[in-house]
Amino acid sequence: MQSSPEVVETSQNASKSVREIYLPPERKKVSGGGVPHVSAKNFSVYYGEFEAVKKVNADILSKYVTAIIGPSGCGKSTFLRAINRMNDLIPNSHTTGSLMFDGEDVHGKFTDEVLLRKKIGMVFQKPNPFPKSIFDNIAYGPRLHGIKDKKTLEGIVEKSLRKAALWDEVCDRLDKNALGMSGGQQQRLCFARTLAVEPEILLLDEPTSALDPKATAKIEDLIQELRGSYTIMIVTHNMQQASRVSDFTMFFYEGVLVEHAPTAQLFTKPKDSMTEDYITGRFS
Amino acid sequence: MNLGTRKLLDRAFTALGLGSIAVMAMMLLVVLVPIVSKGFSAIVFKSTVEHRKMVFNEFHRGNRSALEKEIAASDAARRNVYDMLSRFESELMLMNEDKQQEYTEKYDQVKSALRGLLGPLPGDSEPALTRLTYGQNRWEKAEEKLQELLYEKKWDYSNPDVVAKEYFVSRSAGFEGTSLARLFPYVEKNIDRMLLPEWTFYWGFITDSSVDSHIFGGIWPEIQGTLFLAIGAMLFAFPLGVIAAIYFTEYAREGFFNSLLRSANSTLAGVPSIVFGLFGLAFFINTLKVSESKSVLAGSLTLAIMILPTIIRAAEEAILAVPKTYREASLGLGSTKWNTIVTVILPAALPGILTGGVISLGRAAGETAPIIFTAAVSVGSAIGLADVFTSPTPALSWNIYNLASEHEAAAEIRHVQYGMVLSLISIVLLLNLSAVILRARISKKLKG
Repeated sequence: MQSSPEVVETSQNASKSVREIYLPPERKKVSGGGVPHVSAKNFSVYYGEFEAVKKVNADILSKYVTAIIGPSGCGKSTFLRAINRMNDLIPNSHTTGSLMFDGEDVHGKFTDEVLLRKKIGMVFQKPNPFPKSIFDNIAYGPRLHGIKDKKTLEGIVEKSLRKAALWDEVCDRLDKNALGMSGGQQQRLCFARTLAVEPEILLLDEPTSALDPKATAKIEDLIQELRGSYTIMIVTHNMQQASRVSDFTMFFYEGVLVEHAPTAQLFTKPKDSMTEDYITGRFS
Repeated sequence: MNLGTRKLLDRAFTALGLGSIAVMAMMLLVVLVPIVSKGFSAIVFKSTVEHRKMVFNEFHRGNRSALEKEIAASDAARRNVYDMLSRFESELMLMNEDKQQEYTEKYDQVKSALRGLLGPLPGDSEPALTRLTYGQNRWEKAEEKLQELLYEKKWDYSNPDVVAKEYFVSRSAGFEGTSLARLFPYVEKNIDRMLLPEWTFYWGFITDSSVDSHIFGGIWPEIQGTLFLAIGAMLFAFPLGVIAAIYFTEYAREGFFNSLLRSANSTLAGVPSIVFGLFGLAFFINTLKVSESKSVLAGSLTLAIMILPTIIRAAEEAILAVPKTYREASLGLGSTKWNTIVTVILPAALPGILTGGVISLGRAAGETAPIIFTAAVSVGSAIGLADVFTSPTPALSWNIYNLASEHEAAAEIRHVQYGMVLSLISIVLLLNLSAVILRARISKKLKG
């Protein structure tokens, strides 16, 4: 069963039509996007014997924001982490089926997970800056990838901080330890750090769950800013957040991708009764 | 349980806790106070002119003209003593044989007591041992020697049922009626004019070599040997230990082999140090032949094996304590595993790793058993850095033991032993203190 939305199931043309129908006008203008960036075919993730993600079929469209919702333990984080192979860190995890990124099998035997993670950046649930200065935090990625020139690094740091809407707040204390910032600032720093390696996809694993409402609003604004430049996938517990920031939404339940549709459609006319029960708060 | 009982129990436990802490503090005081006070007496004490002579002759320190003046003054006071001796000797010649025999023995005792106090008497041949060429260096020792001159120690065997008791007899009474009788009151009265006691801060105790196996001089060869051995052990054990810890935490797959390695490591940590000492002799010296016989190198290697498990354990704990999120963040940015270890995990684990390292360093500095057979000698001069591969060295821990158990004049030089103990404790405490400070500083830097 193909549980991805019909719109992306076949071709670009189909997705285009759906965009016109369901997306609010300001979200329609995405140039060069809308092609499947990540596609899962019968993709399962196992922790030992346990099948945490069950035979998912989905296409994630490039340059759009896709939200993943579902109750705790439904496999949404696992699916997200499978995309840049962070699940490798968990012993005994393995996958079946295929998960393609830009036509390359993510879990292929000869896939370089280091290169992959460079292209697929990730921001985690808890802000996790390194115990280094703000500058060093952001320069960490570029330095890893061989940029040594101080001027270039400074340029990258400023650009990334500006993209993360953090530059004005920290430009005069780049040499201070990043752990001295507020939680919201730390999380935006993590965005900036990820952006500094110029990824194509941003995976956001509940990026606001550890933040207060004000900081959350800033992060959501930031996601709006980045939309259209990156393919963004965001796992969230907060359905309002999903409806606010995303173009498409995937609903997972017990490892199964129940519904995958444009956000406006999923939240207003869910096809599946389970989705409806969840978004109306009958279970969580 | 009702509120009253609970509160009572709480109070009782608080009292118990305070009590045990008080007992601990008392024990610590009982141990430390004598060590510190007597240890300092090796450095700060009332020295005699003999000490200044010794320092001038052996270490070429001191003001020559001032010293010459002092020697002249003390010689002036001593001349009377020597005159009395020669007068008594001529008197002795004229006595009849019985009396001569009776006095000669007593007179020899007087002379040797005087030698102990003032150094060689005029007319003595040059002594073979340096310790006999000087009189008493330390004033409190000189006072003891004075008692030996004034009173003869005798044993009371009259009651066969009890252990013999000692009692003292005035020597001057034995010379009643001879010219020597005047000597005893004279020496007693003029002892400070003959020895010129003076409070001294003898920093040379730390920096000088020993003279005549610790009778005079300082303990620098021991301090240096201890530092060489401990630092040498660290040079081997620290990198090895950190690498092993990285392997255990980051690379090893859980399994039979890995748990075998871990339990081997724990077992190694529990092996008594004397076993390491014998192992070092058998393996490094006899089998690998890293040196002809004892050497700093062999001792360092042995100590390194001994402290390795501790370093591995500490580094492992420190690495495991690094938040998983750092690892995720780094890997998520496209960092390789090795890069993540070097740039993120090790810096974050550094305080813990260093603490483990410095504590091991302190342990290596204090251990005796591993170096007995592999590196330590009881007397020797400070060795150069180039000699560490071939030469053994004196070391504080071993020499403390040696002075306590094997030295022929141990009772004479307790102050040296206490000085060594104090130095060793100070070195270990300083190392541990620096570990605490280092840890605090790095943690503060990491926390921002």
